[in-house]
Amino acid sequence: MPILTVEKLTKSFGGLTAVSNVNMEINEGELLGLIGPNGAGKTTLFNLLTGVYVPTTGKIVFRTKKGEESIQGLRPYKICGKGIARTFQNIRLFKNLTVLDNVRIAMHKDIQYGIFSSFVHGLRYNKEEKKIVEESIKLLEILGLDKKKEELANNLPYGEQRHLEIARALATNPSLLLLDEPAAGMNPAETTELISLIRHIREEFNLTILLIEHDMSLVMQTCERIYVLDYGKIIANGTPEQIKSDKRVIEAYLGEDVNNA
Amino acid sequence: MREMKSIFKASNVVKLVFIVLTYLLVQFLINIGIITDYYQTTLATICINIILAVSLNLVTGFTGQFSLGHAGFMAIGAYACAIITLKNPTYAGFIQGVAAGAILSAIVGVAVGLPTLRLRGDYLAIATLGMAEIIRIIFTNLKITNGAAGLQGIPRFINWTWLFVFTAATLIIISNFIKSSHGRACIAIREDEIAAEAMGINTTKYKVAAFVIGAFFAGVAGALYASYFYFLKPNIFNFAKSVDILVIVVLGGMGSLTGSVLGAAILALISTFLQRFSEVRMIIYSLILIIIMLFRPQGIMGSRELSLSLFKRAASKIEPKVGKERS
Ligand SMILES: Nc1ncnc2c1ncn2[C@@H]1O[C@H](COP(=O)(O)OP(=O)(O)O)[C@@H](O)[C@H]1O
Ligand SMILES: [Mg+2]
Repeated sequence: MPILTVEKLTKSFGGLTAVSNVNMEINEGELLGLIGPNGAGKTTLFNLLTGVYVPTTGKIVFRTKKGEESIQGLRPYKICGKGIARTFQNIRLFKNLTVLDNVRIAMHKDIQYGIFSSFVHGLRYNKEEKKIVEESIKLLEILGLDKKKEELANNLPYGEQRHLEIARALATNPSLLLLDEPAAGMNPAETTELISLIRHIREEFNLTILLIEHDMSLVMQTCERIYVLDYGKIIANGTPEQIKSDKRVIEAYLGEDVNNA
Repeated sequence: MREMKSIFKASNVVKLVFIVLTYLLVQFLINIGIITDYYQTTLATICINIILAVSLNLVTGFTGQFSLGHAGFMAIGAYACAIITLKNPTYAGFIQGVAAGAILSAIVGVAVGLPTLRLRGDYLAIATLGMAEIIRIIFTNLKITNGAAGLQGIPRFINWTWLFVFTAATLIIISNFIKSSHGRACIAIREDEIAAEAMGINTTKYKVAAFVIGAFFAGVAGALYASYFYFLKPNIFNFAKSVDILVIVVLGGMGSLTGSVLGAAILALISTFLQRFSEVRMIIYSLILIIIMLFRPQGIMGSRELSLSLFKRAASKIEPKVGKERS
């Protein structure tokens, strides 16, 4: 059953059509890849799905427990509230805050006390804050960051910042997780570790994952199905085997050997 | 977990003890005549400025939204309280005056904040600048505020103890807010608005909330000002006054409440001390500001708080060395 359906989605910036007439279907529980050359429109597609940009035309339908809803054009916090979380290609952590605070902030949308109780720190406050800290630490343990919870996000090494981005996205309790080049800047060992981590969190949190990745080997190894974007258009969609032998994909990646991956 | 809880409670006890001790110390200095009536005016100024600075810090230092019209909110609180206590010169009238001033301020805060804070960017700075000027011009032209001449003989219902209670309460409320999930939402907006929104935070709601809470307490400060200084005129609440409050916040440290307290105290003491050098007063004052900002561009406290854990951290930096020497 599709958890997300994208219909004829288009986004133009002035004369440039970054995403053009895209159709997509993501099934529940899938680990899906989204690949394409630099500037193909992958990040723009994420920005459309998460409400950072409003689509020029087209439809995005997301299935929650309450049923199917059109979410195109909704504000990002509302889309997050429905269960779509993301990481950013250009890491956007709350740099001057601690690792723990980064995760706690992402739990805010489910907080069970109001602004007025925050003035007096009542019983509700104590109970909720304790719960948030415990849950945050659990997430940090999964991502191997629990020992660094008091460090400033800015002081983490690059790879750990990417992990923290994932922890923060998970803290919003999503059903669909969008990862924008999570392995960028990582060495091969870190990338291997990341692959098993992604598989683990999918099981642990019952997630559907859409993954943008530049590293072909990572995508071919991890993803069950792959969409290929080129100049804003979907040019292919299929299993890693099918994608590797697709003529148009090979053309799009002219110069890069797909089969080498 | 139990350990965390005990630290949490200990820090609350320390805060309370610190507040009571501060009060007793100042009261003692008043009793033995070191703080004379003359200096009590400075004391009142410090209290009122702490409330103003802390409330502006919530908006600008913690939520990252530039506001240049804090004096406008102060004016609303001051005139509301003055007009009500002039009509009803009782304690009940005074309490009504403070409440009316704070709530009116908050309502104007919603009216200015809602349309401008939806947008990303520095629209708030321009809007608040205009708002404060409009409020000042309205108060200069209204009959009920007695125009440019202002209001005199406002009954004084507060003394230093009352001011202290209001200041401490403001500090506790705003500090509690910041240490809550709602406060963290505000700080997230300052850090990265797009990321905050993507993590499920309704950024408009929290920008407006911080701004309205800030306006509310600026209204309280204005009401206290009216009652303590029993004289108001619109020009007290001009652009320079808004800048004065911003200077306290920047000097103390954006995003540090204890910084705002220190900033308010230091600046009030400096300007009291400089009263005797009437002509060169402003030059020396400006020079001192420049020198402080040269040496500490992030403000006295940066975004840190003066707290027990800060001392603990400082102590823990020394401890390991001691340990090595022993072993
Ligand atoms: N806000 C924007 N304004 C104008 N052009 C944009 C904007 N965002 C992206 N683009 C353009 O859209 C195209 C696709 O960009 P992007 O989605 O970042 O590609 P990818 O993530 O696949 O590398 C690029 O040509 C980029 O310059
Ligand atoms: Mg990209």
